[in-house]
Amino acid sequence: MKLETLTQVNAERAARRPVIVVTDVANGDQRLVKARDIATDPLGAELSKQLRMGKSGMIESGGKKLFLNVYAPTARLVIVGAVHISQALAPLARSLDYDVTVVDPRTAFASPERFPDVPLIAEWPDVALPPLNVDHYTAFVAVTHDPKIDDPALLHAFERDCFYIGALGSRKTHAKRAERLKAQGASDADIARIHAPIGLSIGAVSPSEIAVAIMAEITAELRLPKETAKVQAA
Amino acid sequence: MLNRDEDILQAAENWQKAGHGVALATVVETWGSAPRPAGSSLVINDDGTFLGSVSGGCVEGAVVTEALDVIASGKPKMLEFGVADETAWNVGLSCGGTIRVFVEKVGQS
Repeated sequence: MKLETLTQVNAERAARRPVIVVTDVANGDQRLVKARDIATDPLGAELSKQLRMGKSGMIESGGKKLFLNVYAPTARLVIVGAVHISQALAPLARSLDYDVTVVDPRTAFASPERFPDVPLIAEWPDVALPPLNVDHYTAFVAVTHDPKIDDPALLHAFERDCFYIGALGSRKTHAKRAERLKAQGASDADIARIHAPIGLSIGAVSPSEIAVAIMAEITAELRLPKETAKVQAA
Repeated sequence: MLNRDEDILQAAENWQKAGHGVALATVVETWGSAPRPAGSSLVINDDGTFLGSVSGGCVEGAVVTEALDVIASGKPKMLEFGVADETAWNVGLSCGGTIRVFVEKVGQS
């Protein structure tokens, strides 16, 4: 690998942008494809498939054996609301290799005793969220049930194009939330991106079961092609 | 603390810039029950210092030895490890899988 290629890979990863290195394993010839160039690349279809799965692998193209090494940013989960569900959700997400952060301005909820070993920010969303650099490789859930906290957090998630956005609440609660968010400038497309009621429909009752339903829905959104993910979640 | 892939590649860059000969070994194919998926990497410098993994520790020693050759010659190599032969318990995968590891020098032009 050329030093220049390695330096570029490291720079892209530090910026949390995905990058793929294509290597001809017969002779070591190599090129780097940045995320924004995938669509126009001759191997575009294969590259986007591997990137979506977050998997590296060997392909054959034009009689050559090529290794596609996918460097996708580590997925993150931002949980707004240090509630009972979050106590189950945070360790579950960590076991699935997500970097987890919990945000809740209510210090009685956001206490280290309730969330051992999880980064906790006991601030309002307008203070807590901007420094987190929430991005497309972030799953974002709002579970406080308090519009004063959840609403500004969701507006931030729309702006940052999170790959998954979920919010706790019944259909009725969600309908009211949609109206409030629209009054604050959210579009219909933004509202449609919220998974609410949150989590796959598996009859979850306990906080731990709801956490499983949420992580299953996030996994589907991360791994499945877009159309399939919607069908599964419906 | 465990090193993530990010840290491993950053170490490769830092070593190279500090004047070390550096090789990068990457799992490119796996069959059966392999300990680490394709894309997992191990970086090695000319001191024999290494970071990362391509298996559960079963074949790293052999990969490091080959990597030192690659640093010297500059020519990439494809290595294959399985349990098919007598030496399996020396350099092989006790889990029964087979892996192919591509070893290349960092900084080759």
